[in-house]
Amino acid sequence: MAHAYTPGLKVLHHSKVQKNRRLPIKGTVTKQVGDLLKPDEIVATTNLPGNVQMVKVANLLNIGPADVLDAMLVKEGDIVNKGSMIAQTEGLFGFFKTDVKSPIDGTIESISDVTGQIVMRDAPIPVEVDAYMTGTVKEIIPEEGVIVEADAAFIQGIFGIGGESRGYMEIVVSNREQELTADLLNESHKGKIVVGGSFISLATYKKALSLGIAGVVVGGFNYYDLEEILGYVLGVAITGSEDLVTSLVLTEGYGNIKMGKRTFDLLNEHHGKFVSINGATQIRAGVIRPEIVIPLKESEIPDSALYESGEKGIGENSLVRVIRAPYFGKMGKVISLPPELQKMESETMVRVAIVNIGDEAITIPRANLEMVEVD
Amino acid sequence: MELKSILATDCGSTTTKAILIQKIDGEYRLTYRGEAPTTVEAPFEDVTRGVLNAVMEIEELAGRKILDGDHIVSPMNGDEGVDIYISTSSAGGGLQMMVAGVVKSMSGESAERAALGAGSIVMDVMASNDGRLAHEKIKRIRDLRPDMILLSGGIDGGTISHVVELAEILHAANPKPRLGQNYKLPVIYAGNNKAQDQIRDTLGDMVDLDITENIRPVLERENLEPSRDKIHDLFMEHVMQQAPGYKKLMEWTDAPIMPTPGAVGSLIEMIAEKENITVVGVDIGGATTDIFSVFEGKFNRTVSANLGMSYSICNVLAEAGLENVLRWVPFDINQKELTNRIGNKMIRPTTVPQSLEELFIEQAIAREALRLSFIQHKEFATSLKGIQKERTISDAFDQSSSGNSLVNMMDLDLLVGSGGVLSHAPRRAQSTRMLIDAFMPEGITQLAVDSIFMMPQLGVLANIEKEDLAEEARIAALEVFHNDCLVRLGTCITPVGKSKNGITVLKADLIMPDGSTIHHDLKKDELFCIEVPYEPIKAKLTPGKKMDIGAGKGETIETTIYGGVVGIILDGRDRPITIPTDSEERLGALKNWSDAVNEYPVHREVNN
Repeated sequence: MAHAYTPGLKVLHHSKVQKNRRLPIKGTVTKQVGDLLKPDEIVATTNLPGNVQMVKVANLLNIGPADVLDAMLVKEGDIVNKGSMIAQTEGLFGFFKTDVKSPIDGTIESISDVTGQIVMRDAPIPVEVDAYMTGTVKEIIPEEGVIVEADAAFIQGIFGIGGESRGYMEIVVSNREQELTADLLNESHKGKIVVGGSFISLATYKKALSLGIAGVVVGGFNYYDLEEILGYVLGVAITGSEDLVTSLVLTEGYGNIKMGKRTFDLLNEHHGKFVSINGATQIRAGVIRPEIVIPLKESEIPDSALYESGEKGIGENSLVRVIRAPYFGKMGKVISLPPELQKMESETMVRVAIVNIGDEAITIPRANLEMVEVD
Repeated sequence: MELKSILATDCGSTTTKAILIQKIDGEYRLTYRGEAPTTVEAPFEDVTRGVLNAVMEIEELAGRKILDGDHIVSPMNGDEGVDIYISTSSAGGGLQMMVAGVVKSMSGESAERAALGAGSIVMDVMASNDGRLAHEKIKRIRDLRPDMILLSGGIDGGTISHVVELAEILHAANPKPRLGQNYKLPVIYAGNNKAQDQIRDTLGDMVDLDITENIRPVLERENLEPSRDKIHDLFMEHVMQQAPGYKKLMEWTDAPIMPTPGAVGSLIEMIAEKENITVVGVDIGGATTDIFSVFEGKFNRTVSANLGMSYSICNVLAEAGLENVLRWVPFDINQKELTNRIGNKMIRPTTVPQSLEELFIEQAIAREALRLSFIQHKEFATSLKGIQKERTISDAFDQSSSGNSLVNMMDLDLLVGSGGVLSHAPRRAQSTRMLIDAFMPEGITQLAVDSIFMMPQLGVLANIEKEDLAEEARIAALEVFHNDCLVRLGTCITPVGKSKNGITVLKADLIMPDGSTIHHDLKKDELFCIEVPYEPIKAKLTPGKKMDIGAGKGETIETTIYGGVVGIILDGRDRPITIPTDSEERLGALKNWSDAVNEYPVHREVNN
C-alpha cells in the first residue's frame, strides 16, 4: 500500500506526555524522582548573573584612563551600595575633589586602565522553573531541572501566542462551528481556559484579556488583527515570549475555520478539568506547536492501548485534513495515493492523494494534507 | 590528475542533495542527482546518514556502486566509486555570526562584509557608536548566542581604547555558543594591531580568541581576506565539530566543507572573473534571500534574513506593505482574506499552490521579497567592497550613505535566479517575469535560473585547493555550470528614460540564426516577447530620442544577443515599473504583460 509521510497535529485521548523543565543556566534541582507535582510547584532554582552597568570613571573624574586605578576607592570583587562613593580624585591640596558614586547595588566586576571605565554588576536575578503540569518527576537532569511525566490527553494547535498558562477548562460554545463571541464571556471565566468553536474576533479576545481569562482555545483568528495585540506585525511564526494575560491557541489557522471534530469532542469530554496550555509556537526546523495538556487520573486512563507517535504516514483510509486553499480545513479519508506526478490547476507538478471529501473524490497535493493523528 | 567522476553533496537544513558529475566524451556533465532528508536532528543526529541516503538514490539511478557499506569508494576503481567527494553545509541554520567594530559605517561595515562574504548570517552589527547603551549591547549578545564573533575596530597604530571597550562589553556579556556547552565561543580579533595585547588581557580565557590581520589597517584600505579565511577555518574547526556527524563527514571529503552561501558566492565570483562579466545571483529560500553580485570586479553578498517564501512570508508582507503585494495580484481579493491566506502559508510552510489563485499570490509575494532584498543589497554593495581597495580619505567617510552603490543595472550582463519559487515555477515565463519585475534590469541583460540549485556543489568544486586537483576541478565546475546548471531564459532589453504614453521607445531589428529578420517598434509600457532559443541573434537596437539602451540617449547599439527557453523580451515599462492605481486599469495592464510572455494558463474563478 502506498504511503506518504506528512506529520500532523496530535489529538490524543491518552499519551505519556513528558516535559523538560530546565533552567537557562545551571542551578539547584529541588525535587526527587517519583515526586508528585502540581503545576505551580517549583522544580529548580538558580540565580542569573545581574545586569551590567559600565561607568566611565575617567570621563567623570576628568582624568586619564591610566590614572583610574589610583582614583578607585574600591577594588574588583567588592560589593557596593547605590550612592556609595567608589572613586575620588586627590583634588588640589585636598580641596576640589571630584568623586563618582555607585549607580546601583552590586559588585565591581572589572576596572580598566585602558578605557578608564569600570564594569559593575547588579545583584543576581533569581530564576525558578515550575512543573507546568500535574505529573510525576520521571528523571532528574543534574543541576538543570527535571523531566515531568503525566498520563494525559494531549492536543496540539497550529499556532499560538502567549506562553504557558493553566486553569480549569470551560467549553462555552455548543458546537465546533460556533464563533466565540463576546457575550459568551463573563467574570466567572477569570483564570480559566475557555474553549470556543470556529473563531474569535479581536474585540472578543480583548474582552478575554480584560476579564483576566488565562487562555483561549479556538479554531481561527484573523492574521490581520495580530498586530494590534502584539504591537508589531508578526513576520515569522516564533512566539511564546509575549507578555499576555490570555494565551491564545488556534487549532486550525487564520480565518474563520470550524474546529476539527476530534479536537472539539476531546476538549468537550474534559470540560471542567484543570489543564495546562502553552501558546509558544516556533515554525522552523525543530518545530514547536502550541498545546493543551489534560492530565488524567488513574481511573480516567482509557483501556485502549497507549498511543505511540510513529512515522506511519498517510496511507489508504488515513484520515486527513486539507491545509491549503481551495479545500482548506476540509477533512476526508484517503482513497488512493497514485505514485505518478500530476498537474494541478496551477500547472505545478506534484504527488497527489485522492481524498474522499463529502462523498466526492478530490485530488489534492500530498504536501497540502496533514494526517490527523488520533488514537 | 584527471577526474572521471565527482560526487558532491549540499547538506541543507531540511534536504541533503547529492549530484554525480562524470566526464563524458571529454566534457564534464551532471549525470545523476539524489536527495534525502537531512539527518542532523533526532532521531538520527548524524548528518552522514542523510548523505548516504542521498548517495544511495544516485547509486540506484545510475546503476553503479559508489558506497561500500557506510563508506564512499574513492578513488574510482573501474566502474565503482568516485574520484573525489566534496560537500557544503547549511544544516542547523548555517553559520550565525555577530560582528563588532568601532564605527558602525567603517570597521563595523567592513566586518559585516567579511562575515557575509564567508557565507555567514550576520545576526547583529555592534559598534561603539550604534546608539545602544552598554547594558543593551550586553543583553543583546547574551540573547543572540552566535556561533562566532568577529571583533574589529581602529586602524593599525591608532587609538586602542574604543576597541578594548568593545572587548570589555564582550567580556561582561560572557557569551555562550549556540551549539554545544562544552567549548568556548570562537572570537576573531581583526582590529588595531597595537591593541592585540589588551584584547588578549581583556578577553582572557573566557573565549577562544584568534587574532588575525586588521580588517581596516588604514582608513582607506579594506583587508577582508584574512578574516574571511579565518572564519572558514573556525567554521570547520569549531562550529561544524559540534554538529552531529560532521567530524565523520569532514574525514570523507577531499576538500574542506564550505558554508553553502560561501560556496555559491565563490562560484559567482569565479564566473564573473573568467568571463569578464557583471553578475547578479539570487537564491530565494523559505526563510532568507541571498543576493550575490560582481560589479567592477568586486564581489558582494547580502542575506536578507527574514525575506523568504514560507517561514518568513508574513515578514515580506510586513516589510513590503499590503499595497505593494496586492498590486501584482491579477484578480480582486479581499485584504483580510489575502492576509489570512499568507498567514496560513507561514504556519504550514511546506504546502504548495494547488489553485492558480494561490500561485498568483505566491508569485506576487516573491516579486516583493526579491525587490526588497535587492534594495538592501544595493545599499550595502558600496564602492569599498572587495578584497583590497584603495580609497581616498573623503570616500572613507561616506561609504554607505552616499548611495554610490556598485550595482549599476545598465551594466548588468547576467542575472541568475535560484530557489524553489524561481527554479520550480510551473512555466519558465513566470520565473522570467518575477526576475524582471523585481530586479528591473536596464539595457541588455541575460536571464537564467539554476535548474536544480547545484551552485553550492559547483562552488565548492571550484574551490578545491589541492594542487593536483584544482585546475581540473575548476574546469569541471565551469562546464557543468554552463551545460547543466543554468537554464537560459533569454535576454531582457529595456530602454531607460522619460517618455510619453503611446510613443515608440525602442526600434528593434533582429537577424535570426536562420537568416530571417524581425522588426518591432516597442511602445511605452508594452512588454513584447520574441520566442527564440538560446542562439546568437544579431540585433540593431535604436532607442527613442530621450531613451538609453546602454550607449547613451538615442544612441543605437549593434550587438549579438541570445534567446532562451522564453526568448527575447522587449520591456517598454518605466524604471521603476509603474503599475496603474485604478483597479480596472491595473488588472488590464497585468493581463497584457502576462499574455505577452504566455505566463499563465487561462484563469478561471475558483470557489473556496
